[in-house]
Amino acid sequence: MQNRIQKTMAALAETNRKALIPYVVAGDPDLKSTLEIMHAMVDSGADIIELGVPFSDPMAEGPTIALGHERALAAKTSLRKILELVAQFRQSNNETPIVLMGYANPVERFGYESFAESASQAGVDGLLTVDLPPEECEQLNSHLQEKGIETVFLVAPTTTEERIKSIAQRASGYIYYVSLKGVTGAANLDSEGVNARLTEIRNITSLPLCVGFGIKDGVTARSVSEKADGVVVGSVLVDAIGKADSTAGAVKAVSDILSEIRAAIA
Amino acid sequence: MDNRPLSKQVPNAQGRFGEFGGRYVSETLIDALDQLEAMYTRLSSDPDFQDQFDKDLAHYVGRPSPLYFAERWTEAVGGAKLWLKREDLNHTGAHKVNNTVGQALLAKYSGKKRIIAETGAGQHGVASATVAARLGLECVVFMGEDDVKRQSLNVYRMKLLGATVVPVTSGSRTLKDAMNEAMRDWVTNVDDTYYIIGTVAGPHPYPMLVRDFQAVIGREARKQSLEQMGQLPDALVACVGGGSNAIGLFHPFIDDEDVAIYGVEAGGDGVETGRHAAPLTSGIPGVLHGNRTYLMEDEDGQIIETHSVSAGLDYPGVGPEHAWLKDIGRANYVAINDDEALAAFRTLTRVEGIMPALESAHALAYAEKLARELGPDKNILVNLSGRGDKDILTVAGIDGIEVL
Repeated sequence: MQNRIQKTMAALAETNRKALIPYVVAGDPDLKSTLEIMHAMVDSGADIIELGVPFSDPMAEGPTIALGHERALAAKTSLRKILELVAQFRQSNNETPIVLMGYANPVERFGYESFAESASQAGVDGLLTVDLPPEECEQLNSHLQEKGIETVFLVAPTTTEERIKSIAQRASGYIYYVSLKGVTGAANLDSEGVNARLTEIRNITSLPLCVGFGIKDGVTARSVSEKADGVVVGSVLVDAIGKADSTAGAVKAVSDILSEIRAAIA
Repeated sequence: MDNRPLSKQVPNAQGRFGEFGGRYVSETLIDALDQLEAMYTRLSSDPDFQDQFDKDLAHYVGRPSPLYFAERWTEAVGGAKLWLKREDLNHTGAHKVNNTVGQALLAKYSGKKRIIAETGAGQHGVASATVAARLGLECVVFMGEDDVKRQSLNVYRMKLLGATVVPVTSGSRTLKDAMNEAMRDWVTNVDDTYYIIGTVAGPHPYPMLVRDFQAVIGREARKQSLEQMGQLPDALVACVGGGSNAIGLFHPFIDDEDVAIYGVEAGGDGVETGRHAAPLTSGIPGVLHGNRTYLMEDEDGQIIETHSVSAGLDYPGVGPEHAWLKDIGRANYVAINDDEALAAFRTLTRVEGIMPALESAHALAYAEKLARELGPDKNILVNLSGRGDKDILTVAGIDGIEVL
């Protein structure tokens, strides 16, 4: 059975469109706002939603998203509550795939098996655990696969060919290509380099390739979308949410950014 | 069944100490860690590198550090003989420099011109800035904003040594956040930057290589014990924050089954109050800063803030080798509260004329208890990991005295 990510990616490929994948931190600034933002993102052209699971020590995030994690934790957001949020979202949207992106410790504390079970029931489609590279993921992945949850992995500019092969064997849903050496939200996007790397990765795996880190507007999105199957947009959205003075303001800011990018990548 | 001596069993090729350790990092850091591991594997068996390291330890750090029989302290406590391994006499005043000298050599051999480090109390930052000055390398030290305020003297020391100190404003603004920020810098500047981690934590190969550099403490102590006591000590005692001075002492004794091993964590206000820094005593296994180990965390898996009078023990995790030693039962881990450590600080200062770091004072306080338990025929070797000058303002503050 195809899950929502595979269905979405197949449908996009058929019409030659690129996946627009916004990332926001769940519970930033609170879960009620996140629910509204999620629906608004779909209305503005989002194909898949990545929900950041806040962690006290988000080592791979730049300052913008790290602040989003802090705001969400200040609002007492937990993994359990995020699964309730997803279940609530599913009451009126049963199509848009949801990928949780976070760190190992909260999932571990929840319990791998129990997490896979609860996430699947809530309607989660994929999980990207930033600090579980292929060497450390076996246990969690077997539980996720059993429940039909896709395991998304990062590939970095420094990842060797041999590692890409090993990652591709364990990955499902899509591969998240990190566009630059650095943390989320960095400024130094090299689109030519990205396109060359994507061509190399394409020779190794048939999984869809989505690019993230450093994409902040229509121009940067278009510059990498030529060879990619999708783009991930995160820091610019989390920044807008942090600056908004109301949920309505956050919803509007996020919608405006996504509409522009949607138009640019078609 | 692994028939090798315990000390040779860890870490395995994946950087595991039993179920602990490993490499829990973002894919963006893997290549840098692979390169570091390959370089370290090559250099650790290169006689030229080892020779350079030994020379630096002898002529720059001032090793070997003495093993000192604390006769008046032994009398005052009234029990087993108490011996001090004098890491406080090293250049810069603590064991930290053993590791920074070793890692600075790695930086030099790798051709990188910039080193970065995280620091809590500032001791590792100072030790890093020191070796950077000696080798003419750029040095950036990340330090939690709260620690920058609490440790202004060390901040100025680092600046005098030519380092840039970056105050970290994220999270709880302490050591763990400084480590996050250093990792973020490293992943961004990996081509020209070497990251000197200050303790036996972090992703593989750091827990192994920091241990190897610090193990000079235990090798010397073992030899000195045979010469001065005429036997191996009955027990070793060292304080454990991240755990580098402790592993440095313990590791060369791990196969000596008759030597009891005690690691002393920071009990803060008391482990029962929740305000402490004792993950081995009351934490559970989890994943932080690239390794699996015992952690202080809440029911949602978020890392919680720690409390200790000594900034150097104020860390919510602990090196994975300690987690392993605890689980296999080779070492015992106990906690000493702030007030007990302060009492030991005062005792040693008054009866021996040696002012210990507050971190080391935790080990001293436990050694006093153990000495009374074991009785006069036994020998206890305590790692005096650092000197206490840096803590004078803290102690004065507790005494309600304005020094400056």
